[in-house]
Amino acid sequence: MTRSEDAVFLKLDDVKKSYDQKSLVVKGFDIAVEQGEFITLLGPSGSGKTTVLMMLAGFESVTSGTISIRGKSINKTAPYKRNIGMVFQNYALFPHMTVAENLAYPLSVRGMSKADQKARIAEYLKLVELDDFGHRYPGQLSGGQMQRVALARAMIFEPTLILMDEPLGALDKKLREQMQYEITRLHEKLGFTVIYVTHDQAEALSMSDRIAVFNDGVVQQCAPPAELYERPVNAFVAEFIGENNFVEGHVERIEGGRAVVSVKGGGQIVAEAAQGLEASGRCIVSIRPEKLFIHPTSHDHDNEIEATFVARIYVGDFIRYYFRLSDGSEIVVKVLNDLSAPEFGEGDQGRLQWLISDSIAFPHDGEMPDTTG
Amino acid sequence: MNKFPEYFTIWHIAGHYALRLMAYLVLAFLILPILVIIPLSFNAEPFFTFTPGMLSLDPDAYSLRWYNEIVTDQKWTLAIRNSFIIGIAAALLATVLGTIAAVGLSSPWMPFKRLITALLLSPMIVPLIIIAAGMFFFYTTFGLVGTFPGLIIAHAALGVPFVIITVTATLTGFDRSLFSAGLSLGASPVKVFWDVVIPLIRPGVISGGLFAFVTSFDEVVLVLFLAGPEQRTIPRQMFSGLREQINPTILAVATLLVALSIALLVTLEFLRRRSERLRGAE
Ligand SMILES: Nc1ncnc2c1ncn2[C@@H]1O[C@H](COP(=O)(O)OP(=O)(O)OP(=O)(O)O)[C@@H](O)[C@H]1O
Ligand SMILES: [Mg+2]
Repeated sequence: MTRSEDAVFLKLDDVKKSYDQKSLVVKGFDIAVEQGEFITLLGPSGSGKTTVLMMLAGFESVTSGTISIRGKSINKTAPYKRNIGMVFQNYALFPHMTVAENLAYPLSVRGMSKADQKARIAEYLKLVELDDFGHRYPGQLSGGQMQRVALARAMIFEPTLILMDEPLGALDKKLREQMQYEITRLHEKLGFTVIYVTHDQAEALSMSDRIAVFNDGVVQQCAPPAELYERPVNAFVAEFIGENNFVEGHVERIEGGRAVVSVKGGGQIVAEAAQGLEASGRCIVSIRPEKLFIHPTSHDHDNEIEATFVARIYVGDFIRYYFRLSDGSEIVVKVLNDLSAPEFGEGDQGRLQWLISDSIAFPHDGEMPDTTG
Repeated sequence: MNKFPEYFTIWHIAGHYALRLMAYLVLAFLILPILVIIPLSFNAEPFFTFTPGMLSLDPDAYSLRWYNEIVTDQKWTLAIRNSFIIGIAAALLATVLGTIAAVGLSSPWMPFKRLITALLLSPMIVPLIIIAAGMFFFYTTFGLVGTFPGLIIAHAALGVPFVIITVTATLTGFDRSLFSAGLSLGASPVKVFWDVVIPLIRPGVISGGLFAFVTSFDEVVLVLFLAGPEQRTIPRQMFSGLREQINPTILAVATLLVALSIALLVTLEFLRRRSERLRGAE
């Protein structure tokens, strides 16, 4: 074993899972997680995120591959011996026990003395700001309070790894944001490692050290939030994370990592070439709506394309403009709501401008990614 | 204010009262035979009818002599003791087996679920006389006829379906992730079962056990086939009492049984409300 592998806390090595022995639900998941990292699994419904968590917790067996903690395989360790905390989507608090009894359960299972238990429970209730709620039953708490108790219960026995499966899915937007902050705060304070599952990309982007984007049982990209957003490795990630525009075209040539693309509807643009892009192949170029500018603009630009104005939608802090390219595809531009936001009449021609470094050309097999999702 | 909607015709109203009358008649038909034995059991005379004295509410026409008979007559004391021994033992056995069966059957990985459920519930459907005859021949091979264990096992088999039904009903409201949560907190499956599953399904377990007890307490066909004179139970004693020694002792016993049934019903209702409260709180 090399030195760098020693530093790795949790390692999943080519982990595969099949429920029916026919089709793979998780098709070879590799990840190395360091102690204290906050990793989020993000992906569409049915992509295998919960399945990965269940394998980590030991509730589902691993079909092939190994899961190891500090270099030791835990494939054959029973769930109750793994010492991994878990926060369930529906909280899973024991309804017949008070909050304090819920928190005491993992401690008494581990044979902690009553006095120590009491001190520890008080400490963790304070941590989640529920000091006076120890004697209440879960049925007497609000959703956010239950969630905090569930969090405290998963942390109180000081597991080194905590799994959370859409823990905030049942909460309303405001409470969700508050709890996101709460979880981040506790994670920074206590330094445990988190594997977090969510549908909500804003949540993933704001909380994680790294995000693994899942699709169809395969990790498309595992990277820090900014890199995922700015440098998606393929069209799926570009489409899945945030909003994106896609322009179809043909790669003329690739020079110094940049692709010269002749756009389907006419015109030529230059974009960063993604991995696997080949000269004289088809491609799609992605540009974020907030990176596009409408002529005339004071912003730097080195690409330009003609488009027909379709609609202008007032959103408040910014304005969304819809344009149509001559090949029929639609382009969204997000402009800050200030004095420079231009007015258009229907059918007017506009010129959209952007920087080469803000656009990426991906290889394209004929199918447009679904930009409505 | 009129209690009927304004569009009601005279026929609607007549129908309304006719339905009411029918309902009261059916209720009376069901309850009167039970209620009538209560005053009769306090009869001072060895008759099954109301004496003129009773009808004129003469205190001397009433007595507790038949209740006294129950506690002094050795046949009755033995029958009461037997009924409780067999009933409680059978109910305990049925509760343990039925609960385990219900938990197993509610697992998503249980194979042949329907077939096994049908088999376990069959004692409720198969005519008792057939079960009794079958058990009689089966028991003779093992020397279980005329023994307490034999009767207890037989009554437990009758009680198991009730436990399975009530426990399964509470388990359908049981959130499986609670079990996973227990495991993730470090408790072994057996410990989670005791600490989390049992407390939450307890109302179902107890009401199933009470049903099993009542089933055994009330059962006479299996007793006729399988019990010897040593194992006479209350229903068996009443059965022979009706034909051999006609006196109101059996009415006194019946009155006591009615009181017991009411107590059990109240307990069941209490448990049902409690479990609803627990679930509502989730
Ligand atoms: N117990 C199971 N038996 C058979 N198939 C299953 C089982 N659990 C999940 N699957 C299948 O495995 C795939 C991945 O499911 P999983 O629950 O991991 O998805 P997910 O990414 O968590 O989705 P979501 O975001 O909707 O929760 C799905 O196609 C699902 O139908
Ligand atoms: Mg899931």
